[in-house]
Amino acid sequence: MNENFQIYKLGARRAVPIALGYFAVSFTFGILARKYGLTPFESSLISLTNLTSAGQFAGIEIIRDKGPYIEMVISQLIINSRYLLMSSSLSQKIDYNTSIPKRLLMAFSTTDEIYSLGISYPKKLSPYYIYGAMSVSIPGWTLGTLFGATTGEILPSKIVSTLSIALYIMLITAIIPHTKNNKTIAGIISISMLSSLLFSIIPYLKNISSGVKIIVLSIVITGLAAYFFPLKEQLNE
Amino acid sequence: MNNIYVYILVMAVVTYLIRAIPLTLIRKEINNKFIKSFLYYVPFVTLSVIIFPDILYSTNSVIASLVAFIVAIILAYKKFNMFVISICACAIVYILDSIISLI
Repeated sequence: MNENFQIYKLGARRAVPIALGYFAVSFTFGILARKYGLTPFESSLISLTNLTSAGQFAGIEIIRDKGPYIEMVISQLIINSRYLLMSSSLSQKIDYNTSIPKRLLMAFSTTDEIYSLGISYPKKLSPYYIYGAMSVSIPGWTLGTLFGATTGEILPSKIVSTLSIALYIMLITAIIPHTKNNKTIAGIISISMLSSLLFSIIPYLKNISSGVKIIVLSIVITGLAAYFFPLKEQLNE
Repeated sequence: MNNIYVYILVMAVVTYLIRAIPLTLIRKEINNKFIKSFLYYVPFVTLSVIIFPDILYSTNSVIASLVAFIVAIILAYKKFNMFVISICACAIVYILDSIISLI
């Protein structure tokens, strides 16, 4: 139990930059939600129960336009489909004996950033590490929304910029260290970034929504990588 | 009449199911070589696609973001601590942002 608590604390500490970044981004979400006519309670409830960025921004647009519920289902499915891949990959990172309730709890916080934190864990991932990350990230995300929605004041843009980049840094630190001594991974990362860049500048392709782009490129590039560079027997680097 | 709480419930449930289903259904080590390799490569591809080029537009200035991005990659490659890299990137963005807004 004591060991679990240590892991929990470590997860919480590592997630502090995530919590700060979340606060800034969800502050902006709160402001927008207020503009769309949602109360601070409603927008905070969305953040507390969804814990996702792009999905929530799309969601409140549908709410504002009084779109059909099915549109909400489809838009969330598409935008958040990347979590399907992330949770699948996490299933191989945790201990296979992890109980179902623990899995159900940790699944709640599969976000780009917390997932990055999870896969960077040097050993088999303990659910307590994720619980620690959740216990600072969820308040950061929810309170940011609450403050944004209540004050309606914009945070100084320099602060938002600075904290937003911190979230991307989380993702970078999860993957780049693996490129050392592994040219395959370095190549895969380069190709992925280049493809993503092309999708954002080529006419027609650039009109594709980011949720679709992420899932399509992920499946295609990961599929090709797995086909041409199957893992050798000794795993886990 | 569409209810706000139904919308919120729909959003939350769909998003949660996407996250929970794979993690609860896949409870064994996958031995199929292709799927195993696929899942191994997922983070590298998915996170790369999320990072770039969106990181460039995450701050007030593309140049500041680009510099922070490159420095972060170099530091991460040299296996610096995540906190150190975050602080460097934030400092770069803050400083360059201030300089650029003066010009």
